[in-house]
Amino acid sequence: MTARTLLRRIGLATFLSAVLGFFALPLLWLASAPFDASPEITASVPEFTLRNFRVLLDNPYALASLRNSALLAAGTAALVVTSAALAAYALSRVRVPGRDALLYLLLLLSSIITGTAAMVPVFLLAFNLHLIDSRLGVVLVLTGGLLPTAIFILKDFTDATPPSYEEAARVFGATPLQVLRHVVAPVIRPGLATVAVWTVAQVWGDFLMPFLLLRDPDKAPAAVVMYTFYTEGGQPDLPLISTFSLLYALPVVAMYLLVSRRYGMRFHGGIKR
Amino acid sequence: MAGIALRGLTKDYPGGVRAVDGLDLDIADGAFFALLGPSGCGKTTLLRTVAGLETASAGTVRIGDADVTRVPPGRRDVGMVFQDYALFPHMTVADNIAYPLRIKKVGRDERHAAAGEVAAELGLGTLLARRPGELSGGQQQRVALARAMAARPKVFLLDEPLSNLDARLRLEARTFLKRLQRELGVTTVFVTHDQAEALAMADRMAVMRDGRVEQVGTPAEVFRRPANLFVASFIGSTPMNLLPARATAEGIEAGGAVLPHPAPGVTDGELVYGVRPEYLDGSTEPVEGAFEGRVAVVENLGSTSLVTIDTGRSDRAGELVHVVVGEGEEPEPGTSLWARPRPGRALLFRDGELVGGRLEKT
Repeated sequence: MTARTLLRRIGLATFLSAVLGFFALPLLWLASAPFDASPEITASVPEFTLRNFRVLLDNPYALASLRNSALLAAGTAALVVTSAALAAYALSRVRVPGRDALLYLLLLLSSIITGTAAMVPVFLLAFNLHLIDSRLGVVLVLTGGLLPTAIFILKDFTDATPPSYEEAARVFGATPLQVLRHVVAPVIRPGLATVAVWTVAQVWGDFLMPFLLLRDPDKAPAAVVMYTFYTEGGQPDLPLISTFSLLYALPVVAMYLLVSRRYGMRFHGGIKR
Repeated sequence: MAGIALRGLTKDYPGGVRAVDGLDLDIADGAFFALLGPSGCGKTTLLRTVAGLETASAGTVRIGDADVTRVPPGRRDVGMVFQDYALFPHMTVADNIAYPLRIKKVGRDERHAAAGEVAAELGLGTLLARRPGELSGGQQQRVALARAMAARPKVFLLDEPLSNLDARLRLEARTFLKRLQRELGVTTVFVTHDQAEALAMADRMAVMRDGRVEQVGTPAEVFRRPANLFVASFIGSTPMNLLPARATAEGIEAGGAVLPHPAPGVTDGELVYGVRPEYLDGSTEPVEGAFEGRVAVVENLGSTSLVTIDTGRSDRAGELVHVVVGEGEEPEPGTSLWARPRPGRALLFRDGELVGGRLEKT
């Protein structure tokens, strides 16, 4: 009996190690390859150098692309958070017939809008609206794709806010926008932060829409620019890709750490309900 | 300062629910007025309609000289305290109290000075920097009151102000609220489902049922002369004895006893004889004009006891009559007890409405 237990333990440990290794290796590669004089596709003890970063800085598109990514992410996040907050507040306070069905339908459609299936219609739409090669076009399309999920998340937060908070503000003479600004927005702030971080992460990682809608390489975000890092021989330029990947990953990781510390899910409520 | 006048006030909800039904009510300037009724009787809807949070389907609301029926809540000059207090959790106590002034675009320093003043009046001076989550229930209630007071409104509306406090604190808050209202002298309307709370705090009260007012009066009037059977059974911490009665030549017959007729001359209709347990004098010796029965249950109420006697005899199923007896006078269960109504305290209801039993002025 004990032998079987032991065997089972060993089996489990082996399995977990394999799973852990599977997920850890790419991260290990990301940490080591940028500092390796001759990086390969496998993770290995690096022959330490900082030369790769010099190569990266010499690339005309690399740093500018990170700035482009930041612009797209910030623009989309601002638009998504504002619109989703207004929509979620309205949806949770106004009686709309078939409200939940509407929300689920939007959620379903949103995954199509920014997906490959809608590539051609989105391109034609942007073309006819003269939004090709425009950052605004990318921001609008991405916002459209992310908004339903954002509304869905935020509606949970607005639903959980007692209506008496808003009524109290109304009795003292607050207008609906004042109620939203003074009372609802601060109370659902953890939700707003969650949606903002999620939007930034989504846009930061998105390849298809900017690739489709932006022509000028000066406007291309990091995800698209990385796609161009090949040597003259058609091989992936590993020193460049690995170094760039590291730089590309750091801002998102930093943002997660910062926001989760700043807006952990604290809720200083009045009384328990 | 202003009184409130409601005329033909009606509130219909979608789906055919009529929460307030053609209601007329006058609340005098400076009164401490209670709206009392069982849950679902429309009292909270009525209060919210006065505040402007609900729009009247028909009828008018006047506050002071102004008709405010169609005026949005912010411009009615009312202060409201919600049942859950609705303190903004992200603001400090000072910011909460100053919020009505912030809406009125009073400068930051001025409104914080005003908030500090109101907070000091309510003994909250040391809590200004805290957040609502860090306060006890009683403190939260006082912050909510301070916030309602900050803009110096003409009328205060309190929705179930004591229901979120524990029993001991509730008594303290009752005294506090009554004193505060007297000092401020502002017309105050509060909603409660607890008859003891209404009797204890209000100058005048309205008893409501199904969106209508059943009776308006001072707590003493409502307690001693309930206008109908509903009010009679709703008011009082020990329920009133209400017994089917029959007028006879000698007086009135109820519960197997012949008693003095509270309203001589009234003989027709469906009669109900009513007397509060507190107004019955218990006796272990036979007495004239008294209920007679066997003691079924004795419940200790502290300084008094509530005795239930069964007036049934071998030939007749009887009614139960409740009697309040003083300390040391509790009878043994199973023994006989006579309960005599005090003169002038018994009431007679005909077809559900009070007809007689004149109350001597006290």
